[in-house]
Amino acid sequence: MFGDYSLGDLGSIFVMQGFAGLILFSVYVLMALGLAIIFGQMGVINMAHGEFMILGAYVTWMTSNFFQSYLPSLFSGYFFLAMILAFFASGALGMLVEWVLIRHLYKRPLDTLLATWGLSLMLQQAYRSVFGAREVGVELPQWMLGSLRVTDSIEVPINGIFVMGLTVLITISVAYVLYMSRWGRQVRAVVQNRIMAGAVGINTEKVDRYTFGLGCGIAGVAGSAFTMIGSTGPTSGQLYIVDTFLVVVFGGAASLLGTIASAFSISQTQSTLEFFMSGSMAKVLTLLAVVGILMLRPQGLFALKVRK
Amino acid sequence: MIINSRFFNRSELMGFIALAVVLFVILPLTLDVFRLNLVAKYLTYAFVAIGLVLCWGYGGILSLGQGVFFGLGGYCMAMFLKLEASSVENTKIQSTPGIPDFMDWNQITALPFFWQPFHSLTFTILAIILVPGLFALIIGTAMFKRRVGGTYFAIITQAVAAILTILIVGQQGYTGGINGMTDLRTLKGWDIRPDHAKIILYFVEVVLLFACIGIAQFIRLTKLGRILVAMREQEDRVRFSGYSVANFKIFAFCMAAVFAAIGGAMFALNVGFMSPSFVGIVPSIEMVIYTAVGGRMSIFGAIWGAILVNFAKTSLSESFPQLWLFGLGALFIAVVLAFPNGLSGLWADYVQPRIDRLFASRKAKAGWNGNSVADSAPAE
Repeated sequence: MFGDYSLGDLGSIFVMQGFAGLILFSVYVLMALGLAIIFGQMGVINMAHGEFMILGAYVTWMTSNFFQSYLPSLFSGYFFLAMILAFFASGALGMLVEWVLIRHLYKRPLDTLLATWGLSLMLQQAYRSVFGAREVGVELPQWMLGSLRVTDSIEVPINGIFVMGLTVLITISVAYVLYMSRWGRQVRAVVQNRIMAGAVGINTEKVDRYTFGLGCGIAGVAGSAFTMIGSTGPTSGQLYIVDTFLVVVFGGAASLLGTIASAFSISQTQSTLEFFMSGSMAKVLTLLAVVGILMLRPQGLFALKVRK
Repeated sequence: MIINSRFFNRSELMGFIALAVVLFVILPLTLDVFRLNLVAKYLTYAFVAIGLVLCWGYGGILSLGQGVFFGLGGYCMAMFLKLEASSVENTKIQSTPGIPDFMDWNQITALPFFWQPFHSLTFTILAIILVPGLFALIIGTAMFKRRVGGTYFAIITQAVAAILTILIVGQQGYTGGINGMTDLRTLKGWDIRPDHAKIILYFVEVVLLFACIGIAQFIRLTKLGRILVAMREQEDRVRFSGYSVANFKIFAFCMAAVFAAIGGAMFALNVGFMSPSFVGIVPSIEMVIYTAVGGRMSIFGAIWGAILVNFAKTSLSESFPQLWLFGLGALFIAVVLAFPNGLSGLWADYVQPRIDRLFASRKAKAGWNGNSVADSAPAE
């Protein structure tokens, strides 16, 4: 399959596809981060995660419309406000859902899967009723359009770079919160041993609620970033949910580093294969490889070693 | 614990008779052919539901990939029917006569090798059972031998469902793509489309369904069923008692797969087409919810669940398409939160005791009419 291209062409192809893969990587990481925190922390499978992401996307879309009609002078900076709003909107909804639904089901992880799937159906229908069935796209501010010419054959779009920068920033802050702050220490304590954590005075229920909120909030930010590179519809979230779960499981649940590594390998494989074959076959091969590896190594790439 | 040696206990026998009367007598007499065909379509999901009762309710293995097996069974049947519908006379306007129309549209000039054996009905029937069974065996062996279970297994099966859907949609020339295999006409020269054929197919399906109920009930009553339940409750203890937990799980999963495949094959026959929209993640989860609504621990409950939820889906989505998704979503949440044993659980909690009381009071009366006046007197 390499025969028709010269070495220089191949280099450019790999760089360009690698870059496209990096954008996919960003979306995966942002979605998987929230999911990994929730899944790793509570063992809860949140099938509605994609819908939390889409909520963030719709919040961003509304903010951009608001700025366009009322504050056109500040339009170039709307995205930063939108991101914060998206975080809090999704986070608040997440905490509400945890309080109403999830906390009753901690002992039945398979049932949370069904309940959150039901939630995702309801949210999808709610989006469809409120925002319409058609996909919406935000208008990007001027400075995000266009692309950077690196060499003659390599061009990288600015919004892609922005999304990636954002991903790095969010990942670092999540890592900081989880590994440096007092609250993060509590979260990790609850993950490792819930009963002991409760015994030393950590309010595990509160930790659970905020963790779920944080995970959903990150999903909201992911949705916000998602608007930069694609349009948003009521069912867009569902397209990514299985991939994201595979990313989390492949990385080894509860391992932040594993999540990032697996998101990177999956997205790079997929986008590189996409150039040489049809998109669907590339996806099939990638997913098959992931499932195959998981069958051989079920604990994922980076397994957390905890005595149960 | 006392093991009931009879095949059905009294309430199960009543459930069996009620279902048999409804499916064999009441529905065929009261419904027109169109509606009866719809019921036949719902019943195809009942096969999947029986499998899920064994695998999920009893074995505790939640598979979110039953659509895969339903689809494999359905596609095997559809491939046979499609080949028969694509005889050289029927397809002489194509540039390559004798191959299915979608292959011709995709510039494929010869029948692919894996289509060849589907000229034979015997092979097809074997394939309907064996292909999904072997596939389940491979997945099950790989997962359960390594003690992967629970949520991981659910996610992996879901991924398999996603992969198969993408594959079917992507390989349009070999599978018919997103439209699936349409325009299925005859089975060994017997037209499956007219009304009388639909009625015969309905009865064939109901008979098969009862056969599957029998098999499932048999599994439940033997030691195998006991081990499945024990495994769900205390997996380690079963393992330490010397049973191979993995093998029992694999068996339950394969049985569920085969039941789902039979349902899929009946779907292709009754509905007359097969498409990837019955394979993927969404239908797979819906199949789980039919089972959950009916009652994951009850074979008859799950069948009623499949019929009722699908009936609600058809009637609600016809008249209030927006309400349906809300309703389905709320149903998911309600089943999980409020009544985890589904309709059969409600029945067992509220209706069954009344019936029992009715029987009990009759018995008491019979006793009073007989000799033992003194014995029954204190009960009054």
